[in-house]
Amino acid sequence: MIKYLLKRIGYIILSLFLIITVTFILMKAAPGGPFASERASTPAIEAQMNEAYGFNDPIHEQYFSYLINAFTFDFGPSFKYVGQEVTEIIGRSFPYSLILGLEAIFIAISIGVLLGVIAAVKHNKFGDYLAMVIAVLGISVPSFIMAAILQYIFAIYLQVLPIARFESFAHTILPAAALATTPLAFIARLMRSSMLDVLNRDYIKTAKSKGLSERVVTYKHALRNAILPVVSYLGPLVVSILTGSFIIEKIFGIPGLGSEFVVSVTNRDYTVIMGTTVFFSVLLLVSILIVDLIYGLIDPRINVTSKEGNK
Amino acid sequence: MSEILEVKDLSVSFDTYGSEVKAVRNVSFQLMKGETLAIVGESGSGKSVTAQSIIRLVPTPPGKFIGGEIRFNGEDLLQKSEKQMESIRGKEISMIFQDPMTSLNPTMTIGKQIAEGLMKHQNMSKKEAHLRGIQLLKLVGIPTPEVRIKQYPHQYSGGMRQRAMIAIALSCNPKILIADEPTTALDVTIQAQILELMRQIQEEMGTAIILITHDLGVVANTATRVAVMYGGKIVETGMVDEIFFEPKHPYTWGLLGSMPKLDKEQEELQVIPGSPPDLADPPTGCPFVTRCPYAMNVCGEHMPSDTSVSSTHEAACWLLDERAPKVDIPESAIVGGNDIYV
Amino acid sequence: MEHRQLKEIDFEPLHLKQSEAEKIVGESTSYWKDAWRRFRKNKLALFGIIIILLLAVLAIMGGPISGHNYYENQLLEANQPPSGTHWFGTDNLGRDVFARTWYGAQISLFIGLMAALIDLIIGVIWGAVAGFFGGKVDEILMRIADVLYGVPYLLVVILLLVVLPQNLWTLIIAMTITGWINMARIVRGQVMQLRSEEFIMASRSLGASNTRILRKHLIPNSLGPILVTLTLTIPSAIFTESFLSFLGIGVQAPLASWGTMSSDALPALQYYPNQLFFPAVFICLTMLAFNVIGDGMRDALDPNER
Ligand SMILES: Nc1ncnc2c1ncn2[C@@H]1O[C@H](COP(=O)(O)OP(=O)(O)OP(=O)(O)O)[C@@H](O)[C@H]1O
Ligand code: SF4
Ligand SMILES: [Mg+2]
Repeated sequence: MIKYLLKRIGYIILSLFLIITVTFILMKAAPGGPFASERASTPAIEAQMNEAYGFNDPIHEQYFSYLINAFTFDFGPSFKYVGQEVTEIIGRSFPYSLILGLEAIFIAISIGVLLGVIAAVKHNKFGDYLAMVIAVLGISVPSFIMAAILQYIFAIYLQVLPIARFESFAHTILPAAALATTPLAFIARLMRSSMLDVLNRDYIKTAKSKGLSERVVTYKHALRNAILPVVSYLGPLVVSILTGSFIIEKIFGIPGLGSEFVVSVTNRDYTVIMGTTVFFSVLLLVSILIVDLIYGLIDPRINVTSKEGNK
Repeated sequence: MSEILEVKDLSVSFDTYGSEVKAVRNVSFQLMKGETLAIVGESGSGKSVTAQSIIRLVPTPPGKFIGGEIRFNGEDLLQKSEKQMESIRGKEISMIFQDPMTSLNPTMTIGKQIAEGLMKHQNMSKKEAHLRGIQLLKLVGIPTPEVRIKQYPHQYSGGMRQRAMIAIALSCNPKILIADEPTTALDVTIQAQILELMRQIQEEMGTAIILITHDLGVVANTATRVAVMYGGKIVETGMVDEIFFEPKHPYTWGLLGSMPKLDKEQEELQVIPGSPPDLADPPTGCPFVTRCPYAMNVCGEHMPSDTSVSSTHEAACWLLDERAPKVDIPESAIVGGNDIYV
Repeated sequence: MEHRQLKEIDFEPLHLKQSEAEKIVGESTSYWKDAWRRFRKNKLALFGIIIILLLAVLAIMGGPISGHNYYENQLLEANQPPSGTHWFGTDNLGRDVFARTWYGAQISLFIGLMAALIDLIIGVIWGAVAGFFGGKVDEILMRIADVLYGVPYLLVVILLLVVLPQNLWTLIIAMTITGWINMARIVRGQVMQLRSEEFIMASRSLGASNTRILRKHLIPNSLGPILVTLTLTIPSAIFTESFLSFLGIGVQAPLASWGTMSSDALPALQYYPNQLFFPAVFICLTMLAFNVIGDGMRDALDPNER
């Protein structure tokens, strides 16, 4: 187990190294440095700033010092917000995104799985059609439009929920729901086809031949096997929630990491862009590791501690 | 010997894209207490559908029961509610499937899979069921059952999984065990062990067995009686010796001809040429007419009726009509005693 | 007995010709014919096709028939509700929403189709080469694809857009940077499977060249799954474009797309919901149409999947 974990962490560090290098190259290739003329600064000031940020050093020196800083999670100060460290910005904004993201993940999984199971159990009946109509709509309505629809219905028309900002639990409901829409629909479809597949397996026949009731067969035997593809989807789910947060946090005026990232992109605030990118990567790599560990818990055939765990 | 199960005129169809597959048509047979009835026939002849109909495991839809009765203890199982069937499945009648690799739930320990039936039908506690599970695993010949009971199917070999399946099926002392090709997926030595195990258990518990198989060698060694199926119908039934030494139906001849023999110079195995009938649109007459070398004008239009050859032996073939020309069993279908009793 | 009336003649041998015996088994209709028959039964998918055709016509004709253009500001007529002159109303700069919607449709559909097409070309070539040559080539090509696949798509696109000069083509290029991988994987799987099949072996032993086999056999035979993937790539490309444009890093003014229109309309949602309504409905409708067509095609091409 320890050995497996160490190996996985080794891979994570390797991937991070690659990501950091690529972002460094990208940012160096960017047209117009961070202090380029669009701001009302004289060439003299620009040169001074470049000097201060070490942009005049040879490129490999810049790279190495950047690499060291990145691994100690020190990305320096923001270009745009004078006196603010990148780490500070991340530390301040991430909690909002985390709460929102976890809520969205919870909504997407619980409702998605429920819809998928209903659809499979009521295969080719009304419940199936209804669940699949909801799912195909969920896939076809982009999250930002869903956000606007939810805002209009619940905040403007019914006035039961706050329209924006992040001050209480009630404030999180609409953005979390908007964030959850697409993955929810995706999970519902995935769950349906996986459940239909499992319900046709021989071991379901075996379970029925023991005289177990329909309910026990469906929920005790089929569900646990059918949920495995959904567990594999958790990685992409985290990605989807994360990228979704860029737009949803902007719409709902939530000062989370997603909106900080978007602001830094529009401002070309390079240190913040790089810092958040690296942070996102760590987040994703760690969630994928966690997902794999969960998968190992649910599927006894996957043994994370030994190499010959057969699929 | 008294009768425990009677299938009368059973017909089962499947609705598929645009057509109705008549998988089982007017099938009738009986099963006696403690005997082993083998159902043989080539792929697609309706053996599994017949077997699964008995415990009502045919998926409906797409499947549907067109007609007939399945009498168990004098009651028609086709009339029972799903709830009533639950107390019959696993308790009175259980089933073993062909592929032990896929017939056990991969995410549940063997012990739990055995315990489920015991807890449901015999009101055992978790602990009692666990102890009984160990006994059962021992009974079916699994070494160190205390350890094995906590393991998952993927930790078992194919043969052991089938033994575990047998343990599950027998856990509540059922009156009838339906085994749908229980050895097809296993290699030869394991096959023999599993069959031996089934025979032994039958002796101890007096269970009646319906054994479905392609393999006539298996039939000869384990069955008391045989029903030969073709194209969704039973074309011949009889005691084992009758089927092997006095077969009457040309399809049975074909089957026997395709069986390897010991004491003959084996020129080549006879395979029955042609392909099975389209069950969505079966011939009105004998289902074998498209491949039968003895087919007569009457065969295509009129269904041959079951004709008694002896009190235990029936076949459905126009050749048994007194007006038909006399046809002898072909050389290839003649079986010597040494061929079958190994 | 019911058969008493049968005559001697009935018991004469029956001479079935082999061909007749074969016929009874039933003829099989061709794969594509069958697929088309199943697809036609799918009302939803047909509806999707009609929607796409209508949208395409309106995207081309919509601007001209409205009598307005998409860029002209008329501040005096700002924020009007739908009326006889401005069928979808006007936006906060007094521009005609109807004309803008169909102009935006051109941009959105163009980007969506273009990106899907580029994904298709790269993906098919990459996947076919990997699957066909197998071995080391396959190993290298698919490893590259795996690494790229691990990186979050939208994050990469956004980072690229920071670096690239901002115009329509760089947007499309950024969007296709890892978008082709799905297609490559599917094509590779198909090719791998077909490669082992008999008719390929046969043509190979007849001395057909590799490119000929690729062109004549493999690509036509994997057409089904490719078409399905292509159809499902289009809505996701349209989504990506509108997502980026909504964030202000996609399509740039003076160009307009459904995404930029939605973004512009959102702040005034409370007062002028109609400004958001039109672009939003058409984004959803387009994505819905492509999704149901794609699903319909998949169901039609794969009869086992029901
Ligand atoms: N779920 C189903 N849907 C549609 N058709 C079915 C279904 N199950 C069985 N059939 C059809 O019923 C017919 C009989 O099938 P069955 O499984 O009983 O054959 P079998 O004799 O058991 O063959 P095998 O030796 O291959 O197991 C086949 O033509 C099959 O296509
Ligand atoms: S009834 Fe006719 S076709 Fe059928 S098996 Fe007998 S002889 Fe052959
Ligand atoms: Mg079968």
